[in-house]
Amino acid sequence: MRKHPSRKAPASRLGASLLAGGLALALPLALAGCGSRGEEGGSGDATTLKIGFDAPLTGPLSAVGLGMRHSAEQAVKDANAKKIVPGVTFELVSKDDQGTPSIGQQNAGAFVADKDLVGVVGAYNSSVSQSMQPTLAAANILQVSGANTNPTLTRGPKDEEAPARQYKTYFRTVTTDANEAPELSKYLVEKLKVKEVATVNDGKVYGQGVVTKFAAAFTKAGGKVVVKQQIGEKDTDFSAVVSNIKNSGAKAVVYGGEYPQAGPLSKQLKAAGAKIPLLGCDAVYDEQFIKLAGAAAEGDVTTTAAKPIGDTPAQQQFIAAYKAAGHAEPYGIFGPYTYDATMTIINSVKATADGNGGTVPDAKELRAKVTEAAQKLTFEGLTGTIAFDEFGDNKNHSVTLNIVKDGEWTVM
Amino acid sequence: MSLSELMQLMTGGVVLGAMYGLIAVGYTMVYGIVQLINFAHGEIFMLGGFGALFMYAWIPPLQDMSLWLALPIMLAGGVAVSVAAAVAAERFAYRPLRNAPRLAPLITAIGLAIVLQQLVFLYWPLRSDGQTSIGAKQPQVFPQLPGDAITIGSVTLQWADLLTLALALTAMLALAYFVRRTRTGRAMQATAQDPDTAGLMGIDTNRIIVVAFAIGGALAAVAGLAHGLRYGQLTFEMGFIAGLKAFTAAVLGGIGNVYGAMLGGIVLGVVESLAAGGLGYIDAVQQFGGGAWKDVWAFVILILVLLVRPQGLLGERTGDRA
Repeated sequence: MRKHPSRKAPASRLGASLLAGGLALALPLALAGCGSRGEEGGSGDATTLKIGFDAPLTGPLSAVGLGMRHSAEQAVKDANAKKIVPGVTFELVSKDDQGTPSIGQQNAGAFVADKDLVGVVGAYNSSVSQSMQPTLAAANILQVSGANTNPTLTRGPKDEEAPARQYKTYFRTVTTDANEAPELSKYLVEKLKVKEVATVNDGKVYGQGVVTKFAAAFTKAGGKVVVKQQIGEKDTDFSAVVSNIKNSGAKAVVYGGEYPQAGPLSKQLKAAGAKIPLLGCDAVYDEQFIKLAGAAAEGDVTTTAAKPIGDTPAQQQFIAAYKAAGHAEPYGIFGPYTYDATMTIINSVKATADGNGGTVPDAKELRAKVTEAAQKLTFEGLTGTIAFDEFGDNKNHSVTLNIVKDGEWTVM
Repeated sequence: MSLSELMQLMTGGVVLGAMYGLIAVGYTMVYGIVQLINFAHGEIFMLGGFGALFMYAWIPPLQDMSLWLALPIMLAGGVAVSVAAAVAAERFAYRPLRNAPRLAPLITAIGLAIVLQQLVFLYWPLRSDGQTSIGAKQPQVFPQLPGDAITIGSVTLQWADLLTLALALTAMLALAYFVRRTRTGRAMQATAQDPDTAGLMGIDTNRIIVVAFAIGGALAAVAGLAHGLRYGQLTFEMGFIAGLKAFTAAVLGGIGNVYGAMLGGIVLGVVESLAAGGLGYIDAVQQFGGGAWKDVWAFVILILVLLVRPQGLLGERTGDRA
């Protein structure tokens, strides 16, 4: 017994200092946060309209989510500085959905309850948007996502045979898996001359969509899906799936899902001796994928529903502003599209104000009018001209193929 | 399915099961002595992994030398963090409730699990490359053992898999020796059988309980290190699922029995592996195979075993306890 106090002391001291360190680091941040919000709230007589933002800000997908939030903040900042809508100051209200549909739905409820809120940017996950859509649509709130790529969100469950608009309030600035997955198939058949492929999905709306779209295109091109596997969204051990793929003679793996699973899957695949590439769509495209997969990532391929930015002056300006703000997370591929999603809401408010003699209509009809305006909107965005078709999809779309080369994503 | 693939799936299952077993020992030992399902034990496993990573990130020379040489130091770090957390949990969360109704410590354990998870999530101070950061909000990259996979017969194994097996075997042998041959170990058996009489015989039961928590913590740390090496990443929430699986393994093997915990772990691992990999080959039930269904089969096995042998595979029939 006598030994115990002396043994315990260092441990508790360590704990205390860790806690104290954590608090010391956290407090100034919290205070800074309060300060800046206070200043904005107190400025002038202008109308303040809120824009909701929803993405995974904590958990494994937070790198992408935070990059999207920084981009949306940049859009709001630019809009306020340029006074796009005279007399209106925009404010971003951001909420964390942890990549979980049920939390997204709660957030949607909170957005609806906020009387000053005109639109919502997000979510990142298709499954989360799916749960937010009905709540936001019932309140006539404009929702614009810069990251959802599942086709059914706009075109309904029979998106190819009998497309039908699901919610007139939902729009997106990125293109869909229906355009992306066939590119993967084309790459496999034409470049790699591969005819046998294994598919793996994570069981979520997005992942299953990718795999289904891919399988359809690939079978049409004469290929064969030899193994179909599904994994759990929180799995870390893929040894059984990997051995299944290895023994099936598949020459490539198409993964429908996100990088937190794709990275380890690619690593375990190659470690088990199956030296075949892993292919995915945008959710696999992330720096973290390469970190998690290590050397195994070499030769893995993704499509992105986006062109890399940096060509136009506006894009260079965005990159410079983003760098100057010193964010820890990169804007990624969805940052610019989220910027445009935010701008869609802002420009819809502008169009509504213009149609109402230069002032914003009162709260009662504002939300409905903004949604109507979005449908007719055309404006020059960061990623090109933004305008929506009858389903709410961006008319201007492009798909890029990326490959991991020397430990970095490279455009093919 | 060919024989070689069956072997591959079995081996993968055994390695996975060894990891479950290491965590399950902690559940079963604590239950055997204080009849508490320590639901915070999964987080002790998570802390063990993070403790090992902390040593790696905190001592820069470790990053430059071969990971094999760094492993003992990382393991020591993981064990230190896990044992400290387990002992502190016993002292401050469970001991005050020793004589409370059984539901109270159970709920405390669940609360403690959430607290530990969130502490790591919010305040984890170091990234794996040695830079400071606030909180482990993203998966932390764990260093990987060098060297290619090795092939034994038709079975491909990673070095990390072999290491996991070796560590699990060593830990179980050491534990068996400790429980059977040492004074404290025998005192532990006595306390498990009848704490009051053990106390009358001069055994300091409080100390024995602390030792049980410490041993459980140490084995969980070994599993934490193995998890990091095998999967290359740690997340703040990894303790939840792993803890649930290990608890299942402990019940499957017969809760209160340390060998049962290891056996239950291995059975669970093999079932999961075969269900995920094997069912895909039988056309009629193909839709019930695959990774997404493996948990279902794991729990089906648990239910079946409990129907036939309610005390678990190696458990003893103990009226009020099982």
